[in-house]
Amino acid sequence: MQHPPDVLVQAIRYDTDVISARQLGRKRAEELGFSRPDQALVATAISELARNIVVYADQGEIELATIHQPDRVGIKITAKDRGPGIADLESALADGFSTGNSLGLGLPGTRRIVDEFDITSSPGLGVIVTVVKWSRR
Amino acid sequence: MAVKVPILKQGKVLIASIQEDLSDSDILDLQHRILEDVIRCRAEAVIIDVSAIGILDSFGTKTLSEIAYSVRLRGAKLVIVGIQPDVALSMVLLGLTLPDIPTALDLDRGLALINGG
Ligand SMILES: Nc1ncnc2c1ncn2[C@@H]1O[C@H](COP(=O)(O)OP(=O)(O)OP(=O)(O)O)[C@@H](O)[C@H]1O
Ligand SMILES: [Mg+2]
Repeated sequence: MQHPPDVLVQAIRYDTDVISARQLGRKRAEELGFSRPDQALVATAISELARNIVVYADQGEIELATIHQPDRVGIKITAKDRGPGIADLESALADGFSTGNSLGLGLPGTRRIVDEFDITSSPGLGVIVTVVKWSRR
Repeated sequence: MAVKVPILKQGKVLIASIQEDLSDSDILDLQHRILEDVIRCRAEAVIIDVSAIGILDSFGTKTLSEIAYSVRLRGAKLVIVGIQPDVALSMVLLGLTLPDIPTALDLDRGLALINGG
């Protein structure tokens, strides 16, 4: 059976958008047959990425795309913003680094709970974080 | 802003039962109201029931730790009850901890924990 290339986009600006985005992600994960723990991990990753947009970049978006492969299905989460960007990516990915007086666990923690993690940023041009979570069938 | 989390008073114990997924501002609102009520009611203990919550991310965990800390500064005790297994698992994998905060499986056990010590 051929699946449509389904993509969902949630604009992120207010903290209520963070809730909408993670609920959207959990629902999609559930529809795709992800295990309950994996649904929670998808929602958590989205929550961290979306909150970073609200806090550090004012606005942006979260895109959720489904990847169908013969032996597995995945959710690709892309968080994009055109905020100030991150000057030192290596520090930003280290546990405990925060310019926002927070725990500094959002990015490194997200990296730990997903299967693929990619981040690109240039100062002044915003941040794009792309992560994938797979579920085997 | 509408109050999202009712805080009930049972003797010297305050019980905040979170009913739904909360936004960051809802969590901050809860923080303020708990501290106000602890002072106003001279509460000796606070129980936060998180069993209806589907995730606890860095912000939620950080704020719960802050609430626990300030409740303790008032000489009261805070117990978190009902962290769901999936929530606990994602917290661990993300690297989040709730150091020194007593937790219990459910409300009854949380109350027992308070009365027992
Ligand atoms: N979208 C973004 N735009 C600009 N800077 C960002 C963005 N996301 C993260 N950062 C920077 O990277 C740092 C680390 O982010 P991370 O999410 O790991 O921690 P935090 O947001 O500071 O704390 P926590 O997520 O634990 O509450 C942030 O403090 C901030 O300086
Ligand atoms: Mg963060």
